[in-house]
Amino acid sequence: MSEMLHAKNVAKSFTLHTQGSVTIPVFEGVEFMLSAGECIALTGESGSGKSTFMRMLYANYTCSQGSIKVFHNGDWLDITTASPHSILDIRKRTLGYVSQFLRVIPRVPTLDIVAEPLVALGTDRETATDKARDLLTRLRIPERLWQLSPLTFSGGEQQRVNIARGFIADYPIMLLDEPTASLDAQNRATVLELIEEAKSRGAAIAGIFHDHETRDAVCTGSFDVTSFKVGAND
Amino acid sequence: MTQINEPLLRVDDLTMMYGDRIGCKDVSFELRPGEVLGIVGESGSGKSTLLRSISAQQEPTKGTVEYQTRIDGICDVYQMSEAQRRLLMRTDWAFVHQNPRDGLRMNVSAGANIGERMMAIGDRHYGNIRSNADSWLGKVEIASERLDDLPSTFSGGMQQRLQIARNLVTSPRLVFMDEPTGGLDVSVQARLLDLLRGLVHDLNLAVIIVTHDLAVARLLSHRLMVMQQGKVIEHGLTDQVLDDPQHAYTQLLVSSILQN
Repeated sequence: MSEMLHAKNVAKSFTLHTQGSVTIPVFEGVEFMLSAGECIALTGESGSGKSTFMRMLYANYTCSQGSIKVFHNGDWLDITTASPHSILDIRKRTLGYVSQFLRVIPRVPTLDIVAEPLVALGTDRETATDKARDLLTRLRIPERLWQLSPLTFSGGEQQRVNIARGFIADYPIMLLDEPTASLDAQNRATVLELIEEAKSRGAAIAGIFHDHETRDAVCTGSFDVTSFKVGAND
Repeated sequence: MTQINEPLLRVDDLTMMYGDRIGCKDVSFELRPGEVLGIVGESGSGKSTLLRSISAQQEPTKGTVEYQTRIDGICDVYQMSEAQRRLLMRTDWAFVHQNPRDGLRMNVSAGANIGERMMAIGDRHYGNIRSNADSWLGKVEIASERLDDLPSTFSGGMQQRLQIARNLVTSPRLVFMDEPTGGLDVSVQARLLDLLRGLVHDLNLAVIIVTHDLAVARLLSHRLMVMQQGKVIEHGLTDQVLDDPQHAYTQLLVSSILQN
């Protein structure tokens, strides 16, 4: 299996300047590797830093120490030192991320929001919109909602719009933050299918899954963030 | 936005002093086509001073502003002849003011407001000007039948969209915006954001947008510069700056956003 992402000696701490400059260490010395075709579950109790680590892999959070190298357009790039231009290009072409929050401009129709990542990659609007329709149908978002802004949707519906948007482009690396939280059994099954399809086309996936069933169904391995907690090995 | 793109604008070590008082200090950055740079910070932090100095409206005390012109390649905007600079500001650059009244001529029709910028670059064909003005009204979602109306009869949101149409009709490559959504109510603001984002993408515009609204900055800009007391204290990827701010002042700014 070819390696797609490699985090070396990664540490993270937050310094809260507005609260007496207290420094909160999260973890240190994290070594993590992700290869094509595998799906690794990030595990650890609540507060252990799973989401923080995932955000660092997406360069949404900075790294206090260490490197995170991503295989992008045939080259290894360290996202902890890459320029904003490079990071945006990595996110556009290589690194997909399904977050738990939908952040969109009000008023933009759901269909356009889902199609957008493909359009950004240069796919013509019609093809992108067709694929968006397919995904929304599979995820059981009723067609009458497609022309509305998802900001008016329920939590579960918003989550599915997020998933459709995250899966529309065939990113080589995908980060999934609780993709099945707040979904019913049918929709959870669809998300599992989407993850399986991504795996079989060779995507390298890291995910946070709140339930064992999902994890056991799609993951090829797990990675416990807790073992890197600062002070864990003292 | 590809990495091989040359910068369109290069600002180096820009400093503007008002006597002993700092307007902005030691600001450097580059901007590429298709890229949106947000500048945030509280009132008096130097955002507008910086914008004026970059956009050739106020010569800085120190530092350079270089622009990739269509004909002569990269040029220092304060070394150009007055005529060259004026042409640049009328064609390749656009300036969207917070108050549409500062960017529009209120005593001529909407169509004439758009047509005027076209005539300034040599367009003389009345039919062309009128049809182009009409098509731009459509792009900013103003009905054709308002073409001959005075902007003073428009709502604030419509005036702002008209100002954008007037600015973009000459196909500029660099647009400066000073609090473009400032005086608008939220529903109008959303519509304008959607419009701006579409135009940036379709026309591959480079934009420098000054705003105190972090939500606007998040939705529109790729990169964010945070200013305090005239200095850039944090500069990086927008979501990184907002979600994992490093500087004390940025943390204060982000933590002061009201949640809903």
